[in-house]
Amino acid sequence: MIQLQSETASYQGVKTLHDIDLQVSEGERLALVGQSGSGKSTLIKLIYEHYPVNTALVPQDYGLVNNLSVFHNVYIGRLEQRSTFYNLVNLIRPKSDQVEIIRTILIGLQLEDYLFRPVGRLSGGQKQRVAVARSLFQKGHLLLADEPVSSVDEQQSRIVLKEMLNGFSTIVLALHDTQLALSFCDRIIGLEKGRIVLDSPAEALTEKDLLSLY
Amino acid sequence: MDSVYKHSPSWKVSWLFVLLAGFSLFFSDIEIISLEPWQELKRLFMGLLTPDWSNLSEIGEAFLQTLSFAILGVAGGSLIGFLLAQIFHWRWIQVTCAFIRAIHELFWALIFLQIFGLHPLTGLLAIGLPYAATFAKVYAEILEEGDRSALQAVSRDASRVSTFFYARLPDLWQHFKTYTSYRLECGLRSSAILGFVGLPTLGYTLSSAFMEGHYSVVWALLLLFYLLIATIRYWVRPALLPVYIIAAPFIIANDSTISFDNVQRFFTEDIIPAPILRGDSLSESWHWLSDLLLNQALPGIVNTVILTQIALVASGVLTLLFFPLISTHFFKPAGRTIGHVLLVILRTTPEYILAYILLQLWGPSMLPAIVALALHNGAIIGHLIGRYSIEVQLRVDASRGLNRYFYELLPRLYGQFLAFLFYRWEIIMRESAILGILGIATLGFYIDSSIQELHFDKAMILIFITALLNVLVDSLSRYLRGKLRLRTNVDCRARNDYCTAKE
Repeated sequence: MIQLQSETASYQGVKTLHDIDLQVSEGERLALVGQSGSGKSTLIKLIYEHYPVNTALVPQDYGLVNNLSVFHNVYIGRLEQRSTFYNLVNLIRPKSDQVEIIRTILIGLQLEDYLFRPVGRLSGGQKQRVAVARSLFQKGHLLLADEPVSSVDEQQSRIVLKEMLNGFSTIVLALHDTQLALSFCDRIIGLEKGRIVLDSPAEALTEKDLLSLY
Repeated sequence: MDSVYKHSPSWKVSWLFVLLAGFSLFFSDIEIISLEPWQELKRLFMGLLTPDWSNLSEIGEAFLQTLSFAILGVAGGSLIGFLLAQIFHWRWIQVTCAFIRAIHELFWALIFLQIFGLHPLTGLLAIGLPYAATFAKVYAEILEEGDRSALQAVSRDASRVSTFFYARLPDLWQHFKTYTSYRLECGLRSSAILGFVGLPTLGYTLSSAFMEGHYSVVWALLLLFYLLIATIRYWVRPALLPVYIIAAPFIIANDSTISFDNVQRFFTEDIIPAPILRGDSLSESWHWLSDLLLNQALPGIVNTVILTQIALVASGVLTLLFFPLISTHFFKPAGRTIGHVLLVILRTTPEYILAYILLQLWGPSMLPAIVALALHNGAIIGHLIGRYSIEVQLRVDASRGLNRYFYELLPRLYGQFLAFLFYRWEIIMRESAILGILGIATLGFYIDSSIQELHFDKAMILIFITALLNVLVDSLSRYLRGKLRLRTNVDCRARNDYCTAKE
């Protein structure tokens, strides 16, 4: 499904990824682990650039529109699937069928109380879950998520990750929490200074094995 | 619980303004009176292809005069404004400045024409006085908002002046500089239109060329004016300014002398309300005043408000159409260049000149005024919003086209847009009033007529009413901005943008 061969990538003019070889097949759940600056975000971007079609993305900075409601921010995930006219009407008067679909997604993420609240008035953790909700609404073959649970607490992290696993069969997550990576993903990719230094099934690893990466 | 979708207050306020403008349209006269308006417009644009520079000495003279009046007026205004800024915390200074600002340069010119005649002092004061009042306010804001930490470290015994130059000015210098140079650009526009009331600047040459139908000369003048404004940062240099300021008084043409009888008569007779001068009875005085208020002030106010509200909403609509033209989110560099050229031309042309041209082509109705105000203001705000839009970071998977416009950019920029538009509300009103001089029945029309009939007492009262109306709209705008919590930043560039939007 994903096939990268000796790829390099630069971020703001500095080479941050070197000789990346990566194959991911359908149904795999990958966690990218490593220190900040090790190239996780760049790798996520690189994969997105190669496979933009039918891929949902949760960027690190959420990419939300503060002045739009939670509903509209989630709806943005499917703008391309509807006519512009329908989108504009929905912007002014939310369509009830869309509201219902999105409400169901928000219930799963414990956000249903904020359906029509402007995103600008939410906390950091709530915003992050809205970004996840957008990807769940968007659907697709592949989910790329860059630190999708960095601002929510442990218990909610598990809820959010579970929702993401339910929504997508193939997933690539950048995660700094190794414990979560081991319990939710089936393959771990370790990055250090822009190179892949570890590629192993999750069940073969313990948290101690990952410590060396940090 | 936010379980029912509610539109934002900004949305509701926007529609309120649109409805008000729609309602105003019913009461406005918007028709094209001239017989062959498009024919004439075509002739005008044909002139663009054949700009006529043959009369170079006359054109050059007009530009030298325009430059000299602008430089001296703005320099004087900024000096006085700077001094006033030091005592701007005095309430009466603030009120006086607000009042002086509320009166348009052209109205000041009409007043000073009565006092000094066509003496250069008329033009210099017409620019200098309202500019000083504006400088005082903005300079005071800069001083107010600047960092004061260095100030606290300076010994208490140091003199106020040296403290100011060491602990405050260095950090604030950039703010003063950018704002002042921006105002010089405004000063050039003000100076140009002073020609319409008889001073020897660009407006004078332009209007005579226009009346004679020499459209090629009109374009030569306009093109040179665009060039002058577009290159402003190359020829306005701190090192060159003293040269300009010293040269300007020698360039300004003066073939008239101030008649002190006139000055005296103005203050002791002309502006004293006629009933007082005549010693009328109370009922006669009341009759005089009510006649003025009911038959001139009232229709003038109504028409000014109608024109303002329509022009405000039209400016807003044009802004929303204009800003994508220069935004990296919508067009490639080639397309954006065309957008930039269009917006630069529209915002550089003073709205008074735009209105004058359209009025000559279409005949006197509100339509030319609406179009001129909307084009000019839409281009100014469109330019600012376009620049803000560039800073919006979109996700790599963000939508395109109209979806991008309505879902990604408009929601992010709308607050900024409303803030800028409300800032320009007062300016649009000031312009609406002044365009009356061209024959549209706003307050300027009644003021100009009173002056033509040598009723300066009436003109002064009408100018006073115009100023009050402006102050009122200004505070209404401030109230709305506060209510909608529209952002006001103070960093250098934002400050410059807000000032561009304001003045």
